[in-house]
Amino acid sequence: MSAAAQPRHRELGLTDREYELILAGLGREPSDVELAMLSLMWSEHCAYKHSKKLLRRLPTEGPHVLVGPGENAGAVDVGDGLAIAFKVESHNHPSAVEPFQGAATGVGGILRDIFAIGARPIAVLDSLRFGEVADSQRSRYLLEHAVAGIGHYGNSIGVPTVGGEIYFEPSYEQNCLINAMAVGMARHERLTSAAAAGIGNRLILFGALTGRDGIGGASVLASAELGEGDAAKRPTVQIGDPFAEKKLMECSLELLERELLASLQDLGAAGLTSAASEMASKGAVGLDLDISRVPLREADMEPFEIMVSESQERMLCVVEPDRVEAVLAVCEHWDILATVIGEVTAQPVFRILRGEQLLGELPVALLVDDCPLYDLEPQAPSAPLYRGGDQRIATDATPAQALLGLLASANISSRRAVFEQYDPVVQSRTVRRPEQADAAVLALPVLDARSAAGSQPIPAIAISIDGNGRRVAVDPRAGAAEAVYECAANLACTGAQPLGLTNCLNFGNPEKPHVAWQLSEAIDGLAAACRELDVPVVGGNVSLYNESPDGPILPTPVVGMVGRLPDARHAGRLGFAAAGDRIALVGHFNPRRDGSELAKLQGSAPAGALPAKDVAALRETHRLVREGVRSGVLHSAHDIAEGGIAVALAECAIAGGIGARVRLPDGLDLFGEDLGTAFIVTGSEQALAGMTLIGEVGGEALELEGVLNVPLSELAAAHDSGLPALLR
Amino acid sequence: MKFGVIRFPGTCDDVDAQLAAGRVGDAELLWHRDRDLRGVDAVIVPGGFSYGDYLRAGAIARFAPVMSQVIEFAHAGGLVFGICNGFQILCEAGLLPGALLVNDHLKFVFRQVNLDVVDADTAFTRSCPPRLSIPVKHTTGRYYSPTPVQVVLRYSAGENPNGSQDDIAGVINAEGNVFGMMPHPEHAVDPLTGSSDGLRMFESIRASVEARVGAGA
Repeated sequence: MSAAAQPRHRELGLTDREYELILAGLGREPSDVELAMLSLMWSEHCAYKHSKKLLRRLPTEGPHVLVGPGENAGAVDVGDGLAIAFKVESHNHPSAVEPFQGAATGVGGILRDIFAIGARPIAVLDSLRFGEVADSQRSRYLLEHAVAGIGHYGNSIGVPTVGGEIYFEPSYEQNCLINAMAVGMARHERLTSAAAAGIGNRLILFGALTGRDGIGGASVLASAELGEGDAAKRPTVQIGDPFAEKKLMECSLELLERELLASLQDLGAAGLTSAASEMASKGAVGLDLDISRVPLREADMEPFEIMVSESQERMLCVVEPDRVEAVLAVCEHWDILATVIGEVTAQPVFRILRGEQLLGELPVALLVDDCPLYDLEPQAPSAPLYRGGDQRIATDATPAQALLGLLASANISSRRAVFEQYDPVVQSRTVRRPEQADAAVLALPVLDARSAAGSQPIPAIAISIDGNGRRVAVDPRAGAAEAVYECAANLACTGAQPLGLTNCLNFGNPEKPHVAWQLSEAIDGLAAACRELDVPVVGGNVSLYNESPDGPILPTPVVGMVGRLPDARHAGRLGFAAAGDRIALVGHFNPRRDGSELAKLQGSAPAGALPAKDVAALRETHRLVREGVRSGVLHSAHDIAEGGIAVALAECAIAGGIGARVRLPDGLDLFGEDLGTAFIVTGSEQALAGMTLIGEVGGEALELEGVLNVPLSELAAAHDSGLPALLR
Repeated sequence: MKFGVIRFPGTCDDVDAQLAAGRVGDAELLWHRDRDLRGVDAVIVPGGFSYGDYLRAGAIARFAPVMSQVIEFAHAGGLVFGICNGFQILCEAGLLPGALLVNDHLKFVFRQVNLDVVDADTAFTRSCPPRLSIPVKHTTGRYYSPTPVQVVLRYSAGENPNGSQDDIAGVINAEGNVFGMMPHPEHAVDPLTGSSDGLRMFESIRASVEARVGAGA
């Protein structure tokens, strides 16, 4: 059936049943502009109608939580009156259609979430997924342009990109994943709500002009499967202008610093409709909005287009009438266009006016709260959902061949070719940048002559982002939990204790029972791991319908975690530090091949079982590593992740530029994986007392006694050339 | 002494430069619309993307009101230090010879590089050791000049990150008071963040200003 033959509500993505609910709630037929607004607010992207009930299972409270889920971003207390706000969000479908702008505006959008709550963005991290680059011109194109888009936006706006991860798997071939996480800092009292307040207060729109870009992005692109004809959807992708956002950011932060705003909200998916109705809903008030005052890029825009435009780099604020002039003056200083477009009303009704003419009148609750929430019908799949890929490492490869093959593989090789395209140091806080440690480390106080000369500790935060869809496909519950353990392990390696996390749940079509099962199991796994490690979820994002005609993506929950360390001067490093240091293996390490990188490279499908975890031991191991790094007795620390202990040892040697001689415990699998449980640490023999000593740092080669002996230069060459060779 | 750090809309490394200069003296930000340099002893034109780098990097910034003051200050012998986008702006303003072109690999590059100080007898490098470790981060950093120029910094052998002519990383004007470089010394002022070699350049500027004052200049 062609789209033209459909009733209007179906074209806009609403089911017949949902449309009946709208008719009942309104007591009449909606006008065009009303229907456009409702269809967006009731889309999966805005209403989370297939995931909201499941998300209630996640723990969201903890002693450090200042702002939990529901605001533009969550925030945790990091001491000294400072708050760290952070959130991860997806921009998957726009990037699959137009990777440069899709990825760029993904960064722009998440940054607006951070400064909308009053925090200055201090870091960006990215989690990217593409098809198998070795085989796919399309994936190389998407990678190259998405990375360029992220760099274009982040570099130009002056926020450092300090970390991230990239995986390549066939299931992302059509539907790449672009998840961007932003982190901001504010004093506690500066944290701002999006809740509109104060009857009679003015609504001011400031920033870019409103145009026809991104019309219907939330419903058309973000809430449906990808398929044929996606090229025709390119006009639904927004265009980013980091220069406009840089000015908007500085302007917004100055408005907040001068205490001129009652509330602030960014315009993202569903544009004015979503921003304004959420402000009204949170403030339990109504709004009158006059679209004839909205500055337009094109004069002849329809009312519904103005209300749903996703033009970038716009903000909405609520201002007391006697402060309007001061607000406009600050905007003028930053060359930012600002216009009063409406006011706060007592009745919880959102009225759309064009001058005197009433175009729409919707109860705020109907827009924001009344979208039906669906129960999923999860069912474990009866047959495997994912196939194995090509064999890239022979099953009879020698250990040395397998190690070199892993180091050069798409998922493990050095990411330098990518992160060299990002600025990791702007803002002068970056104490650990990519390749130096398992997590990024940023100093909290300003670094100056006094901090450099003084003996006072310099508190810092560490940030990590992680997720491994392959392992979640093997076991959604255990695999999702591993993402939490792995992030916490990364933080431990720098000496940081987790304070909170954000997640982005990237899954297929939840209306399909096996995807519903993956989602439900993964959320249970995340919830359990968060409780076990006392790390609350302070916000996040759900991205569903990540499917193409070839099937669903690997279930991909991505976890971004923030922790605190007391002194940046003792932040851990991953590379071996000095010849003569002893090497220890710490943790209850129970590696298996199922779901491992080697299994993948040998052609196996993601199947089998993940290792069971001793959570008490895991917590104790993390504590031991964290304390050892903080006190300085550990000279390096690296968690054993993809590729197992052999790859972890090679990574420590490559990063440190020095070899090692190691004797592994009998029977330990070189390439098996058990994420988040175990570490390679170094220090003096005394410092490592009680740990399993396995060797000594030194020399120009990595020698695993009786197993392999490979020159460091050969390891580094494989690791460094892996990704560039695949991209050629 | 007092440094003035110019802030255009789109400047990103202004606060970084202010913090770096603040380690050796006082430093304040000057807004692009200012028509007064407020008595600063040296001007830093910092990195970033002034006016979005639209049209061409530095091409719009050179017309900002504050730049006419910077040009006047330079012509009077004042020390002017352009870093990255600031170097591009000084070339566009005609205060330095040559131009910055898009990197030979056409991409943005961040990298910690080694620099050879080939002229330590300048107001900006007098306190520098022969070799500095300082990061670069730019898309438009390939220096080119059709005529001979006075080179102060070169990328060390094999470390040229952008294909610049003769490995040039920084040049100075004939009068010796206007200096531009693509690497970011303000991001190398603390061992905690990777290197403190860049601090030597800010110390050089202070020493130069103090020497002038001492000489009654």
